[in-house]
Amino acid sequence: MMTDLYQSQRAMRQMRRQAMQRGVVAILDVGSSKIACLVLRFDGTGRLSEDNTIGSMAGQTGFRVIGAATTRSRGVQFGEVTAMQETERAIRTALQAAQKMADLRVDHVIASFSGANPRSYGLDAQVDLEGQVVTEAEVGRVLNACDVPDYGAGREVLHAQPVNFALDNRSGLIDPRGQMGQSLAVDMHMLTVDATAIQNIVRCIKRCDLELAGIANSAYVSGVSALVEDEQELGAACIDMGGGTTSVSIFMKKHMIYADCVRMGGDHVTSDISMGLGIPASVAERIKTFNGGVHATGADDRDLIDIGGDTGDWEHDRRTVSRAELIGIMRPRVEEILEEVRVRLDAAGFEHMPSQQIVLTGGGSQIMGLDGLATRILGQRVRLGRPLRVHGLPQSATGPGFSSAVGLSLFAAHPQDEWWDFEIPVDTYAARPFKRAVRWFRDNW
Amino acid sequence: MRPLRATRAPVVHRPKQLAGPDADFESGAHTGAEPKLRLRGMFGGKGDRLDPAPSRLSYRLQRWMLTRGVRRSLKFGLPVLAVCAAIGIYFGSQERRDAVVAYVIDIKTSIQQRPEFMVNLMAIDGAGTNLSEDIREVVPLDFPVSSWDLDVEQIRDTITGLNPVRSATVRVRPGGILQVDVVERQPVIVWRTRHGIELLDETGAHVERIASRKDHSNLPLIAGKGADGHVGEALELLTTARSLGGRVRGLVRIGERRWDLVMDRGQRIMLPTERPVRALERVLAVNEVQDLLERDVAVVDMRLGQRPTIRMTKAASEDWWNTKVTVGSEQ
Repeated sequence: MMTDLYQSQRAMRQMRRQAMQRGVVAILDVGSSKIACLVLRFDGTGRLSEDNTIGSMAGQTGFRVIGAATTRSRGVQFGEVTAMQETERAIRTALQAAQKMADLRVDHVIASFSGANPRSYGLDAQVDLEGQVVTEAEVGRVLNACDVPDYGAGREVLHAQPVNFALDNRSGLIDPRGQMGQSLAVDMHMLTVDATAIQNIVRCIKRCDLELAGIANSAYVSGVSALVEDEQELGAACIDMGGGTTSVSIFMKKHMIYADCVRMGGDHVTSDISMGLGIPASVAERIKTFNGGVHATGADDRDLIDIGGDTGDWEHDRRTVSRAELIGIMRPRVEEILEEVRVRLDAAGFEHMPSQQIVLTGGGSQIMGLDGLATRILGQRVRLGRPLRVHGLPQSATGPGFSSAVGLSLFAAHPQDEWWDFEIPVDTYAARPFKRAVRWFRDNW
Repeated sequence: MRPLRATRAPVVHRPKQLAGPDADFESGAHTGAEPKLRLRGMFGGKGDRLDPAPSRLSYRLQRWMLTRGVRRSLKFGLPVLAVCAAIGIYFGSQERRDAVVAYVIDIKTSIQQRPEFMVNLMAIDGAGTNLSEDIREVVPLDFPVSSWDLDVEQIRDTITGLNPVRSATVRVRPGGILQVDVVERQPVIVWRTRHGIELLDETGAHVERIASRKDHSNLPLIAGKGADGHVGEALELLTTARSLGGRVRGLVRIGERRWDLVMDRGQRIMLPTERPVRALERVLAVNEVQDLLERDVAVVDMRLGQRPTIRMTKAASEDWWNTKVTVGSEQ
């Protein structure tokens, strides 16, 4: 099964390479409340600006967004596909609009999703080097030497990223290749998700006549785009408050070391409002967006919101609710979400991190006064994060709700090395004698 | 007869139009703020539709139309194909083709027959009367003729092909005149053969056949087979022999190989094949010093350069013998 995964991930990498050669790839963020699609055009490697500084685009100039579209997500709950037909139609809608804007046909797509119970594992391994120098094959060998825990049937490895290499007693190496040493050790972060969720997404994308060129967890990619470089380096947690899920990812030394997801999000806030006030979900969503908040003040009692109705009953259709009541409904749910996030962070040992920075992003982070509430629950160093700026992104897609889509495009442009990017060492007996003979020759002459 | 179903004007139920804030709420016009998200596809023009998803067919069709090759073929291939098809259908029938061809020819002739293009007469410069007549004979044109129909190159080749013409230029002058400028060949030598007497120019080209040598007594005479191919050499020899004055009768080509200079009194200077001028100069030098040619010499044979030979006349030989005998008898 491992080799199967290895092969399929390698196939996706191959597909990504093809897409880069063609120069066009689509980014698809399958969320519970919206499906966002960006069409990227790659035009050569990223150039620095004229004065050789990194510039305002942080060096992310290798690609350009030429098409962007979002559509209301359908058939997705908690970040997982529940109604495949519906999801397929929603993906089709977003893709068609984005293709139309880009005026290009896109064949390769890189997708991300948030749910499917992500679970993080830390793996490590140590091998003695065959030669003196760390080669790519040695890296592949040490990665393969990691003993994979029993993560259960019906689950798939989504990410397996080497986060740290140690050569003899030197640790904290990012790239050990070419260095001299005796033994090589590696720490690897592995993220597993439910296999069915991946299969469903793959299925949906295949049904849209597209080739899957990569798949990523949205906790990871929103961390890539919402955390600034020093936060990624020093350690920070990115909390992506989506519609159906709130994903948590912890970054350290520019690697994700932990990811988890709370199966609660903005949709639950909306449904609370809807149930509490007895109004349709669309109206609840609207008043949440326009009038919502988490801190009630005295003025909010006098701020009456029309919630209307369509029954024909005059009394019922002219109901109003004060903003204080609305906040009274929203706040407990937001608190619950943040408490749950706190639990996840504690479980991950976030308090032992050198830097306790927390970045809130995602569409849910736009609730007014959320940063104040989050400061009380999560710790003092909380900020609201917006995605990195990328070339050609429409103004309307620069909000925090697009951090995973933008992060996915950064991921598409500069993918991190994963386990399957290195060759599995050939353990077959047939290859050995020849190699040994070559080595004997090399040693003796 | 009464129809089975009663036909009545349908009652149209029109709900009362909303007014004021109700209408605003209904249409969502003045809700105080615009939605922050405004991207294509999300709140587009068809936002009121429950499901904006494209059907599978339209999705595929759109993707197909966005394919580069398909778009290019639609943009360029289709118009080209349509135009080709239209032309093909039009020219499918023979009579339409003929009509078009006839129309084109008609226009072409009407342009060619314009008076600006007509040539009315031929002017010949640089040719004598006989030659002019010859030229008019070999270039039979019935004027007026359109200058489009004149093949000037071919006329020039025809005229140049005439014997007495060295070169010719033919052009259509403004005013509808076909101007022919001819340079005639100038005869420099008379060549006598078994078949008659001809005039040759300096390249040996035939100019004219004449009846009598007397008509051109000022020109030198050559004879012999193949002499016309070496007129230049002959002229050179005659120039060298200028000092002999009127004694030179002419040059004879012997065996298509070498020259004999024939003089009066039956004297003859036989010149070698190689460098005949040099040999002649030697003879003339000897003549200068010793009056060789004034003596009773029949032939000066210069064919062998190392051994010039002279042959005396019969009378002189006999005279010489007698002299010797006399001297001998005296002894």
